[in-house]
Amino acid sequence: MNAGSDTQPTRHQVRPKPNREGDWLEVSMGPQHPSTHGVFRMDVVLEGERVVRLKPVFGYLHRNHEKIAEGTTYLGSMPYTDRLDYFCSMTNNWAYALAVEKLAGLQVPERAEYLRVILAELTRLQNHASLCGFLLQDMGAMGTPLMYAFREREKILDLFEAISGARMMCNFMRFGGCRCDAPPGWLEQARRVVDNFPRFLDEFEALLSENEIIMARTQGVGVLPRDLAINAGVTGPMLRASGVNYDVRKVDRYGIYDRFEFKVPLGEHGDTYDRYMVRILEMRQSVNILKQALADIPPGPVMDPKAKLRGFRPKPGEAYARIEAPKGELGFYLISDGGPNPYRYRVRPPSFINLTVLEDMCLGHTVADVVVILGSVDIVMGEVDR
Amino acid sequence: MLGEAIIKGLAVTAKNFALSYVSPERLVTIQYPEERQPLPEATRQFPFLVYDGDDPHAGLRCVACQICEKECPPQCIYIVKSKDKKPDHTGKPQFYPAVFDIDLSVCMSCQICVEVCPFDAIKMDTEFELSTTDRFAGLLYHKEQLAKSNAYYHKIHPTEAAEVDARLAAERAKVAAKPRAASETKAAATAPAAPPALAPGAAVAA
Repeated sequence: MNAGSDTQPTRHQVRPKPNREGDWLEVSMGPQHPSTHGVFRMDVVLEGERVVRLKPVFGYLHRNHEKIAEGTTYLGSMPYTDRLDYFCSMTNNWAYALAVEKLAGLQVPERAEYLRVILAELTRLQNHASLCGFLLQDMGAMGTPLMYAFREREKILDLFEAISGARMMCNFMRFGGCRCDAPPGWLEQARRVVDNFPRFLDEFEALLSENEIIMARTQGVGVLPRDLAINAGVTGPMLRASGVNYDVRKVDRYGIYDRFEFKVPLGEHGDTYDRYMVRILEMRQSVNILKQALADIPPGPVMDPKAKLRGFRPKPGEAYARIEAPKGELGFYLISDGGPNPYRYRVRPPSFINLTVLEDMCLGHTVADVVVILGSVDIVMGEVDR
Repeated sequence: MLGEAIIKGLAVTAKNFALSYVSPERLVTIQYPEERQPLPEATRQFPFLVYDGDDPHAGLRCVACQICEKECPPQCIYIVKSKDKKPDHTGKPQFYPAVFDIDLSVCMSCQICVEVCPFDAIKMDTEFELSTTDRFAGLLYHKEQLAKSNAYYHKIHPTEAAEVDARLAAERAKVAAKPRAASETKAAATAPAAPPALAPGAAVAA
C-alpha cells in the first residue's frame, strides 16, 4: 500500500496482492473427487484460483502387482496384467506375453500375430473413444459424448467377449500365441464394427471438435513443451501431441507392425486440444490398420507347438519387451532364474510416468483447468498404483 | 460465425434422439431383468465340475490331482484328496476329491484352472446371478454345488463340449487299444520261447 505524503495521495488497494505463503490455500483434490479418474489425490496449493503448486498423491489402489507376480507362475500373472490398465487388458496381455516369449524364445504363429494386432487396435479404438468422452465430460459436456463413446465401446467389448469370454478381463494371450482361435463369424462381425467406426468418429467430431467452448477451454491450456516431454520420459499420444515423432509401433516394429501402412499423427502445440485431436486422428489410423489386418489374416494355428502350459520354466536370463499401449509405452521387464516364477518382474506403466509432468502443465492455470489437464493425461489408477 | 459449432453439435444430438426411435443401431438399452442379451458361447463366469453319467458323486471326472489348486492365481480352490479309490462311472478305481471347495468371492474368472486341467474335469459356467445375503458361506461352493452334468456343459458351450467329448473318447479308445495291442505283440514275440500264461503279466508291465 502506498503510504502517501503531502504531495502524493494515499493509494488504497481493494485487496492486497497475496504474495506471502500465508495467503495460499492448500486444497486436497481427491481421492473421492468426481473428476479425478479413480482414487487419485492432488495436493493443490492455490493463490486465489491459480495453481501455485501441485503434488500428486497416489497409492490408494496399490495391489502389490509386481510382488504377487514374483510369487505365482508365469501363466498365473497373465490374468493379473488384465487388472493393470483395466480399459486395455488385451494390450497388457500382449506386452507381458512378448516379454516372456523373448525370455523363453517362443515363436508366435502368423495367425496369432494378426489376431494380436486386431485386438490391440480394437483396444486402442475403445480406449481413445472413452477417453475423449471422459475428457469432454470433465469439461462439462455432461453425458452425451461419453454415452456415444460408450455405445461404440460396447460393440468392441462384445467382440472381446465373443473371442475371449470376458468383456474387460480378457486374459486372452498366451506365451507363444493366443488362447483360442476366433469363433466362426467373429472376423465378419469385427469387419462390420470397424467399417462403421469412422461414421461414429465423424459424428463425434461434429458434436464437439469445433465447439467454441471446447476450444476456449483446451487451446493453450496445459502446454507440455517438447523438451520437457522428452526429458520426463513421457510416451504415447501425450508425447506425440507435443510434436515428437515417437511411436513404438514404428520404432520397434514389434509383432508384425512393419507390414501395415499407417501414419503417426503429431501435434504442434502440446496443449490439451492437441492431445484430444491426436487421439481422434490415431483412432482413424487404427481403423486403417484394422482394415488391412482383417483383410490379410491367414488361416492356421494360433499357438506355438513348443509352448507348454503346465511346468513352464524359461531358462535363466532377462528380457524387456515393450509395446505401444493406447496410453503410451508399456514395458515388462523379467528376470528368470530358471524357476517356475520370475525372479524379478517389473512393469513400466505409461500413465504413471505421464503423470509426473502434471505439475508442470498445471502451474498458473485455474482449478477447473486442472481437471481438464488431468483428463487429457489419460490415466487409469490400476496401472499408476499397480 | 460464433455459435455455429454449437448448432452443429445440437443437430447431432437431435439426429441421435430422433433415430433412436427407428434405428436398432442407436437404441442400445436393454431392460435387463425382463430382457436379456444372448451370451456368446465363449462367455465365462465361474468354474464348475463336470460329471459323466447320472450320479454326481460317482461320475465326477476330477481325480483330485490338485493341479488347478496349485495354478489358481488367487488361490481360491481348496482340495482334499481321498485316501481310498472309488470306481468312477466306467468302473475303473480312481482317487476322488474328498473336499472340493471354490470360494467364488475370491475367484477372478480367469479360466486358468480349465486350461491346466488334464482331465477336462473343470469348466467355466455362464451363470452370473449368484448374489446372496450370506457373504461368507453363501459364496463358498462345495463339491455338491459345483458338480454339474455333462449334458449341462453341452447346453452352455455346445462346440467346446463336443470337442472335449471327441478328445476324451479318442483317449479312451487309445487306452483301451494299448494293452490289447501290447499283449498281442508281446504274445507274438514271447510265444515261441515262454509259456503263454506269462503273457498277460508282461503286458501289464509294458
